[in-house]
Order: sequence, then C-alpha cells, then structure tokens
Amino acid sequence: MTANAPAGAAGFLARYEGLKDHLPGARKPWLNTLRADAAAHFAARGFPTRRVEQWKYTDLGPIAQAHFAEPLTMVEGAIALPVPNAPHRAVFVDGRFRGDLSTLDGVPYRVLSLARDLAEAEPHLGALARPESEPLAALNTMLFEDGLFLDIPEGVEGGLLELVSIAVDPGRPFAFHPRHLIRLGAGASLTLIETATGRGQCLHNPVFEIAVAEGATLTHGRMLQEEATVFHLSTIYATIAAGGSYDNFTVAAGARLTRNEIHAALTGPKAACHMNGAQMAADGQHVDTTTALDHAAPDCASRQTYKTVLTGRSRGVFQGKIHVHQIAQRTDGYQMNQALLLSDEAEIDSKPQLEIYADDVKCSHGATVGALDADSLFYLRSRGIPEAEAKAMLVEAFLHEAVETVTDETLRGALTRALDNWWSRQGAAA
Amino acid sequence: MLRIEGLTAEIDGKEILKGIDLEVPTGEVHAIMGPNGSGKSTLSYVLSGREGYEVTGGSATLNGVDVLAMEPEERAAAGLFLAFQYPVELPGVGNATFLRTALNALRRAKGESELDAMQFLKLARERMKALSMPEDMLKRGVNVGFSGGEKKRNEILQMALLQPSMAILDETDSGLDIDALKIVADGVNAMRGPGFSALVITHYQRLLDYIVPDRVHVLMQGRIVKSGGPELAKELEAQGYASVQAAA
Repeated sequence: MTANAPAGAAGFLARYEGLKDHLPGARKPWLNTLRADAAAHFAARGFPTRRVEQWKYTDLGPIAQAHFAEPLTMVEGAIALPVPNAPHRAVFVDGRFRGDLSTLDGVPYRVLSLARDLAEAEPHLGALARPESEPLAALNTMLFEDGLFLDIPEGVEGGLLELVSIAVDPGRPFAFHPRHLIRLGAGASLTLIETATGRGQCLHNPVFEIAVAEGATLTHGRMLQEEATVFHLSTIYATIAAGGSYDNFTVAAGARLTRNEIHAALTGPKAACHMNGAQMAADGQHVDTTTALDHAAPDCASRQTYKTVLTGRSRGVFQGKIHVHQIAQRTDGYQMNQALLLSDEAEIDSKPQLEIYADDVKCSHGATVGALDADSLFYLRSRGIPEAEAKAMLVEAFLHEAVETVTDETLRGALTRALDNWWSRQGAAA
Repeated sequence: MLRIEGLTAEIDGKEILKGIDLEVPTGEVHAIMGPNGSGKSTLSYVLSGREGYEVTGGSATLNGVDVLAMEPEERAAAGLFLAFQYPVELPGVGNATFLRTALNALRRAKGESELDAMQFLKLARERMKALSMPEDMLKRGVNVGFSGGEKKRNEILQMALLQPSMAILDETDSGLDIDALKIVADGVNAMRGPGFSALVITHYQRLLDYIVPDRVHVLMQGRIVKSGGPELAKELEAQGYASVQAAA
C-alpha cells in the first residue's frame, strides 16, 4: 500500500481495473458486462453520502476515506471455527469458500460455491440486486469473488444449514464482497443460520439474492458478531412467490458500523415475510437496520419487529418502508420498532414509512424509545434483586422478545445465545 | 419492630408526609386507613425506597436499623416487603425466573445457599396451592395478562416465598372480589406469628373483617390523627373520615 494510492470509491475502482482480468468468471462475457455496468454505476455515485435520503443517519465517511484492499490470496490451513449451530455448515474465510473446513456430507441438495459453479449461476446472478440504485450492491457486483450458491429443488426439505463467515486479520485494511445466491424451488424449505465473525480493519460487504418460489419456506437467522473494528454492510434482496414465506431474524451485535439492509418483495398472493431483529451497540459503535418491503400482490402478510439497545456513546438507526402496491388488496402489514437507551449519550433515529396505494389494507406501525422503566426496576429491586441484576433481567426480557416468534428451537437457541453474549460482554465492560 | 418518628417527605417540592409517628411492634398487624390523598401510598413508597420521594426529616427503623439510608434491595434483605397497589407487568420476564431470582438474592444476602430450579419449584408449588393459584402462572410473564385478583395473589405469593419480617400491604383489597379477598386475607393470616408484622393500608374497612388488626391508625393530610383498636375501623365505616377530621 503506497501513501498516494486512492482511498474509498476511487481505490475500489482502481482495484477493479487491476483485478478484472483475474476475478472469477473473467472469461465469461455475460459476467464481464455485469461487472462493468456495476463499475460504471459505482463510478457515477461512489459511496452514498448523508445527502442521500436512505443514508441520512449513517455516515460511510470512515469507509470512503480508508484504503481497503481485497485479499489476493486464499487464507490456507486451519482456522479456529466457532461452535457449530447446525450439523451441516458451509465455511467461508474472507469471503472464499473453504470446502475443507465445511461439513456438508448428507445434505439433501447441492451446496455450490459461486466461484466454482459460476456457469450454473448465470440465469440467477444479478436477477434481484440493483447496482443501479444501491452503490454497495454495485461495489459487490464489481468485485465479488465467491459466495454460497444454493438452488434447492422443488419439494426438497433442506433442514438446517449454517453459513459461517470468518474474516482473518491480515494486519492491513482489507475488504471482501461475498455474493450469496439462495434459491428455493416450489414447496422447498430451508433454515439457514448465518454467523459472521472477524477481526481487523475490515469491510465485509455481502449481497444476498434470495428467491423463494411458490409455497417454499426460507428461515434465515443471522448473527453478526464481528469485532468492533469491522465495517459490516449487508444488502439482502428477496422475492417471495405465491404462498411462500421468508423469515429473517438478525442479531446485529458487533462491528464498528453495521448496516443491515433488506429489500423484500411479496410477488404472489398469500406470500408472507417476517423481518425481526435485535441490534445492539456499545460505545463508539453504530448500527443501522433499513428495510424496504414491497407488497406487490394481494392477500400477503408481513410482520416486522426490531429491537435496539444502545449503551455508551453509540448510535442506532431504524428505517422501515412498506410499499403497498395498488394490486395488493387485503394486505396485512405490521411494523414495530422499539429502542432502549441505556445511556444519556446514546442516540436512535427511527423512520417508519408507509406508502399505500391499495384501498383494502390493514397496515400499522409503531415506534417506542425509552430508558429502562423505572417502575419495573423498582419492582424488582423491592424484591431484593440488586440493581445491576434487575437491569440485566429487563434488558434480556426486552431483547428476547425479538426472537420469541422464532419457531425453530435450534435457531432460537443460537439467536438467544448471541443476545446474551452481547449483554454479558457489556456487563463485563461496565 | 417498625418505628417511624417525625417522618416528613415530599414529592416535587410538595410536602405529603407532615410528621408521621408510628410503631408496629413485632408480631402485630396494624392498619392505616385514610381518605384518598392522605399520604397512605406515599408512606409505603418512602418506606420501601422508591425514587422521587424526598425524605426531609424524621426517621424510620426496622429492628433498630435505619431503612431510609438503604437501597430498595437492601431494605428487602433487611426483611421489608411491599405488596404493591398496582403490581408492575414485566413482559419477557418469566414469573418463575423472577420469583427464584428474588428468593435467591435474599438467601444470598442472608448467607444462605441458593435454591436450584427443582427445589424452588417444589416450594413455589406448595405456596401456590395454599393461594389457589393455577400452576401456569409460574410460566407466564410476571403479571402479564393477569387479572386484578391474580396480580394481588401474585403479590401475596411473593410475600409467602420471601418471608419478610415486616410487610406493607398497599390497598391489597382494591379490585378484589370477595373470594379473592378471602384468599389474600388467608395468605396474610397464615404469616402471622411472633416473627412477622404487617402494616395494612386500606381505604375500606372490608379487608379488616378478614385481616383483623391489632391497631388501627387514621392518616389524614400527612399525619396520624387518631389511633385505636379494631373497633375504630368500624366507626370510620359508619361515620366517615369527616367525623375524625372534625374531632382532630
């Protein structure tokens, strides 16, 4: 890294120019076109600034000024893996698939690596992502090297699969942009449990393209637990066809800056989407959940419940947009976001947004912001429970509510552990 | 024994308690009656340490120990218990977890060993049976979705588990039908004995038919204006507080 190498967007564009003949699929014209178009979009817009409405509360300045580089070589050898949450798991290190670390024997469908199986991905890659409107998706498309690729056939019960992402600190700022394609055929099902851990000066910029076909069910649990030096910017695009459902539960409990952005579209009648999560930040951290939900078909239901807990000098953001198209009669939409501020220096920005163009619609949203309830705290203490323990009980209760609708016990257990781990670390730091 | 001397307290600069003198000897149950706004609930909150109440003078000791200087949890460990007029709902906090945490916190404070889940459940089931409480109330969130009567029974259950030496019952009869009132009264009467005192705060005489007090005190405008035996409660019921005020 030389001192006068360009930073931020220009740096990434320069990396793309230098790497484009070596990136996976460099000899595939369709992919070259996709990447080149994305590069043009990224060159035109750069990193979003706070002047862009969807980025008003989250400042990417620190990323735009940093010199990140994509790791050029594969991390080899043994890596300390987190405790498994499921019998099968696909492991990615710095965004690259590591078959030798993965446990995939007996999985009732093929688990593919995007880099290895690009030819099969051609009809699907880029089908949902919108590099023209989301610069981070453009950056990802321009530079992705690998990702999880699942194409679960019609009617297959996929059971549980864990997607493990580990970032290994090379001792200098680095970035990786995994591209995950998850496709469920009609009536298929899968519970995907994702864990992200990592350390070092790192930008983790995954993009998911998720297609749930008629009557299929995808449960997607995410535990973002990277260290407080990491920038985590994820963008999920999901479409849910008639009678299908996509349930996303995200615990954002790490990273210096987290953006959890989800674009979901209900495209067929009686499709359902649940988006729930708990996001937590301590001193110096920033956490942002931004959802955009399109009700584009009649008789669909959506539920969103997000919880935010902030301590120290930290900042949280929730933006949730529900767009009910004219055709989407009898839409049943609900959105709730609740924030608990445990310090006077914490700040939450909350922006629910409903756009309704159909007339027969049930749609509600709500937001609460507050400190721990003094009456509740007094009630517990009056029973002899010491103040710190009483506070912990109330914070845990607040957070656990976010995951109590998760029906899969394995997933709920994993999410609950992630919540409790975060909270116990706060206790240790206090 | 609870001894209160010259206790004055205010909320937001407004004096509510204007010099309370009161003694509840060990083993006795006393009632405090008074009209709305006389300071009954303020007295219970000041004694249990709720924030927002400023003690401006006087003292309150439990078995010789100054309770006003203690944190709420220390007061509980010293043997004080407040049955709330409006028990708080705690969504997401399981009733069993809450009760066990409280019981073990007090046992820890006393240097006793903590109860494990099985030991606790055995004890809790026993106490709940005596209060005609359905067992599923242990599994629910604390007071969440409880009826008024269930909330008050849950207060008495906490008292039965925590075994305080001094209980303050703040309008425990409010919102109870006659069956629930009897159950609650039986719960309190079962605790009576040489190691237990209680201060029963009530607006109506009705509860005192079931929890017969050793003494009755009338609280008006922040002061105890009259004290007497259980017959005083009946007098008040018949003649109203105005008669006491006129005499005072």
